[in-house]
Amino acid sequence: MSITMYVPRDSAALALGADEVASAITLEAQQRGLTVNLVRNGSRGMFWLEPLVEVVTDAGRVAYGPVTPEDVAGLFEARFQAGSEHPLRHGLTDEIAYLRDQERLTFARMGVTDPLSLADFEALEGFAGLRRALALSAQEVVQQVLDSGLRGRGGAAFPAGIKWRTVAAAQASQKYVVCNADEGDSGTYSDRMTMEGDPFVLIEGMTIAAIATGATQGYVYIRSEYPYAIATMREAIDLATAAGFLGKRILGSEHSFHLEVRKAAGAYVCGEETAMLESIEGKRGVVRAKPPIPALKGLFGQPTVINNVITFASVPIILARGGAFYKNYGVGRSHGTLPIQLTGNVKYGGLIEKAFGITLRQLMYDYGGGSASGRPIKAVQVGGPLGSYVPEAHWDVPLDYEAYAAVGATVGHGGIVVHDDTADLSKLARYAMEFCAIESCGKCTPCRIGSTRGVEVIDRLTSGTNQPQQVKLLRDLCDTMLHGSLCALGGMTPNPVISALNYYPEDFGLALPVAKAA
Amino acid sequence: MATETIHHTVEVLVAAKKEMQGGLLPLLHDIQDAVGYIPYESVGLIAQELNLSRAEVHGVITFYHHFRSEPVARTVVQVCRAEACQSMGSEHLWAHACSAADSHLTVEPVYCLGLCSSSPAMALNDKVHARVDRKKFDRLVAIARSAA
Repeated sequence: MSITMYVPRDSAALALGADEVASAITLEAQQRGLTVNLVRNGSRGMFWLEPLVEVVTDAGRVAYGPVTPEDVAGLFEARFQAGSEHPLRHGLTDEIAYLRDQERLTFARMGVTDPLSLADFEALEGFAGLRRALALSAQEVVQQVLDSGLRGRGGAAFPAGIKWRTVAAAQASQKYVVCNADEGDSGTYSDRMTMEGDPFVLIEGMTIAAIATGATQGYVYIRSEYPYAIATMREAIDLATAAGFLGKRILGSEHSFHLEVRKAAGAYVCGEETAMLESIEGKRGVVRAKPPIPALKGLFGQPTVINNVITFASVPIILARGGAFYKNYGVGRSHGTLPIQLTGNVKYGGLIEKAFGITLRQLMYDYGGGSASGRPIKAVQVGGPLGSYVPEAHWDVPLDYEAYAAVGATVGHGGIVVHDDTADLSKLARYAMEFCAIESCGKCTPCRIGSTRGVEVIDRLTSGTNQPQQVKLLRDLCDTMLHGSLCALGGMTPNPVISALNYYPEDFGLALPVAKAA
Repeated sequence: MATETIHHTVEVLVAAKKEMQGGLLPLLHDIQDAVGYIPYESVGLIAQELNLSRAEVHGVITFYHHFRSEPVARTVVQVCRAEACQSMGSEHLWAHACSAADSHLTVEPVYCLGLCSSSPAMALNDKVHARVDRKKFDRLVAIARSAA
């Protein structure tokens, strides 16, 4: 009887010893005279269980985790290769509540398939969207994306279809499709998981964008901190090209699309789309003033579609099942699903893809099981380093772009960082300013200088020097940064600072409550 | 690496990327991957061959945190100091790492490795590690040092 097992190759699994576990399984199987077909899959996104080993049985895939190399001999002894009982056994993977209750559309194949197997990909709806797009006119493809209500998942939430329509209508001899994979926000990794765990879906989404807009060249701009994602994407592009899904005359059609990976170099600001374009052009990642918008004058001055990884990765299922199918998920004007990343000080951190509308409380307690430390949760930062700290009063607000904006928070890229009651929000506010100072591209004054002044003002405030004046100065400075910065780095750094000041004044040595809201 | 070998390596790499559109960053990555850093002496050659000013090349090298102008120790550890790792005590790990730094161990901050549900995280040479406490740090660094 042949035995098939899965051990993830996602870097979060590797960081917890997945390679060592895979080697131990191979070795132990050899010693026992067993033949194990070991597949290196993506991660299911339940990181407290990594490395998660799955064994294929007649009933389905059975999960064991977290497995260490030392556990392997005992697992074989207990006959886990037949799906038998063991303290690390969690039953059928698909039946684990954390996974079962999700709505995985973009992440449908995540952890299920071998990321670099075209056969696995196609067996689970892969390239169905591309084939459909090739059968439609460019306008019809754009219409499907418009109908789906898909908004940019990188943080700005701009309707993807409108952007695509603008590029499609632009007249130019050369157009580009650029994927922003410079996922620098702390508390986010859904782009990384996609590139490492289901890279063909990104290729498919970008190719559909090329067909819709008439672009023939594409770039995936990936941060240098993601070496595994870079390697996997490059390999996937080679495989897709060799199989005719990329390159000249895709699947025999008149469409051509060439795709290339560009490695970033550790500048957070290059996650801003115009700074990213400068970087791909080989320059310093300095933000461009808009207009002109990149859809009209983007990469090398040509019309350019720019979306992030999750946006492109959401497109194939929209084409395969129709815009209306996708639009049915979600609430208000936030349609579809969001791969949420539950991170930081939380017991069960992981990737949770759900339709918009879920609340922070549900995420942190029903999914997350409370804090990892066992202490009370004090603050949650949603939407990365430029997102606000959300106090408990807002933990029941549905996750929805408009509902969040109404309470001064941002959904951003769907990253949630949980802090327990040992967190000092004045330190986190200071860190936000410090980070902005380190990462500012230097083009506009409010960001370049304001961030450094911000650190100084917070230091004076927390040291108790003339506090009312410092509070006024800090609010005034944040107002200048918010309204005067060229891009979101300077413009949104005030979010964590002001929310920390408003909701946790005691951490700054101020009396409760603060006199004036922002 | 001897100065002449470095010069030759850079020449070969520059020639390979000369015609690439927007090729400066890919070239700098190639040089750093081969040499370990971007030698100051190579700036003139890069500028000349890519038809850029020395200031433009220098500007790009110094703008990006990833590019180094100086050689580093054989073992490089990057400790994540971003929010998710902070929430799990990475500042203690950072202080511990800094106290371990010496001429054979370079310690640098990094702002997110994308392992935020398994914090604190760090990269040690080419590998990533998650749920790192001081004990795990010491064990991993000792192994890396003995292998260097």
